[in-house]
Amino acid sequence: MTAAVLFENVSRHFGAVRAVDAVNLAIAEGEFFAMLGPSGSGKTTCLRLMAGFEQPTSGHIEIFGETAEGVPPYRRSVNTVFQDYALFPHLSILENVAYGLMVKGIGKQERLKAAEDALAMVKLPGYGARRPGQLSGGQRQRVALARALVNKPKVLLLDEPLGALDLKLREQMQEELKSLQKTLGITFVFVTHDQGEALSMADRIAVFNDGRIQQLGTPEEVYKQPKTRFVADFVGSSNVLPPEFVKHLGAANQYASLRPEAITLGGSGDGRLTLDGTVLSRSFLGAANRVLVSVNGTKINVMSPAAASIPAEGEPVRLCFDRADLHLMDAAS
Amino acid sequence: MRSDRSKKAPLGLKIAAAAGLLFLHLPLLLIFLYAFTTEDKSYQFPPPGLTLKWFAVTWERPDVWQALWLSVRVAAISTLIALVLGTLCAAAVSQTRFFGRETISLLVILPIALPGIITGIALRSAFSLADIPFSFWTIVLGHATFCIVVVYNNAVARFRRVSGSLMEASMDLGANGFQTFRYIILPNIGTALLAGGMLAFALSFDEVIVTTFTGGQQSTLPIWMLQELIRPRQRPVTNVVAMVVVIVTFLPILAAYYLTRDGDQIAGSGK
Repeated sequence: MTAAVLFENVSRHFGAVRAVDAVNLAIAEGEFFAMLGPSGSGKTTCLRLMAGFEQPTSGHIEIFGETAEGVPPYRRSVNTVFQDYALFPHLSILENVAYGLMVKGIGKQERLKAAEDALAMVKLPGYGARRPGQLSGGQRQRVALARALVNKPKVLLLDEPLGALDLKLREQMQEELKSLQKTLGITFVFVTHDQGEALSMADRIAVFNDGRIQQLGTPEEVYKQPKTRFVADFVGSSNVLPPEFVKHLGAANQYASLRPEAITLGGSGDGRLTLDGTVLSRSFLGAANRVLVSVNGTKINVMSPAAASIPAEGEPVRLCFDRADLHLMDAAS
Repeated sequence: MRSDRSKKAPLGLKIAAAAGLLFLHLPLLLIFLYAFTTEDKSYQFPPPGLTLKWFAVTWERPDVWQALWLSVRVAAISTLIALVLGTLCAAAVSQTRFFGRETISLLVILPIALPGIITGIALRSAFSLADIPFSFWTIVLGHATFCIVVVYNNAVARFRRVSGSLMEASMDLGANGFQTFRYIILPNIGTALLAGGMLAFALSFDEVIVTTFTGGQQSTLPIWMLQELIRPRQRPVTNVVAMVVVIVTFLPILAAYYLTRDGDQIAGSGK
């Protein structure tokens, strides 16, 4: 099967800056693919390479089996939802949505009908006569989505699409994006710096740092078996234990990650590993408590259910966890 | 803002404002008045009598028509050149990054900061060095140097407001460069170009200094008026021409004002 998007050793350098450095990836058709990473990690440049706003310095890009290098954005069957939505301020909502069809020379009646349908699909029927300035951020986001989808792209690119929305709206849009993707069956490639968003929405995640893919896998793999310290730290703020510490626990002399929620406070060993430490601080998060514990100077985060009792700051505490939750990582990084 | 408007201004300020406006506009009224005077050698006040004959005299004078026609053509062509080059330059400076960008933007603005006499002398010596005879086109070239600045300044400010992602969005949706310019850039910078073009036209229309150096024997309207003032023959004709010029230039500026006002509302609602 041909990949929807294929990157072979793709690099994009800006002078001495290696924004994207020898990236390999294959996104399958119909996949919901997330590119996750901190700002400046190269994820957005990868998206722009797919859209055609950037050309690779070296390497090869294919979109549905067709070479993409040198093909301008307007000849690619991909559409983008921009971070700032980039709605045309001088056009009405309906004209905005119909723009892609208009420049392709589709008749007025037909394109306005299609635009109406697209607006209905994003739950904004009857908003066509308004101007972008009269809509809220969430509504503009939907218009941007409709404007891209009305062109029936093979791949939809989303650049931090939910970044500007408040929490409640963001969660609602996550659901809607996901169900929309399922109904349409279009390949979605989406860039985010929010690991929660990537974990909850994507079929597969590519974690970026310094222009390179650190790990590519399903949300579960990336979360439970981080390959590198960076992934362990960035995706879900895992505890990264130094080699000496891990060796002391009876494992290999390697870095290891330990999820905060895999640790329980107090209790007896029962064949589990135990560590003795002191509580440094605790904070109430609603559904859980976050407790920072110092074990011989190494700080370990523990996520404890709200119902569990927690020793006061400065008190000694015993940490228990399963051997299986201690995940060893590559020594290299 | 509303509350400010209803607040009464102090009397002193009102008088000062009225005096300022009078100082600016009373001379204009005098020009209009002397267009009707029966006395044609000197401007005595009050005019000994009023007449409309100077309008007929002006209409019959071929030199007036020649000067007017030359001025209109020069202003139109200079504005046209300025619109094209100024817009392109503004696009380059505001949308792309390249070596020497800041220098170029400074060099483009320089002609309006330079005294006209310097521009004039420079152009004149350049023309004579290159053995270019004075003609309609030498005037146009001289005027275009400062007309470009006006268009550029208007366009560059508006270009900065049109975010780059709008153009990318247009390309992303399948529009090529020409379509993007036609459907996205032009509507967004159109009113700025109109305002810049109007101003450029007006600047070119009453330009004297650069024209004296690059015009040779030809007279544009302002130069014709200057010559007329020196010899006291049928002086009121100059006043009639001045009056017509005021009316003719005032109408498009009024039109531009209303046009850009509507445009700003559209642009503002997009914010």
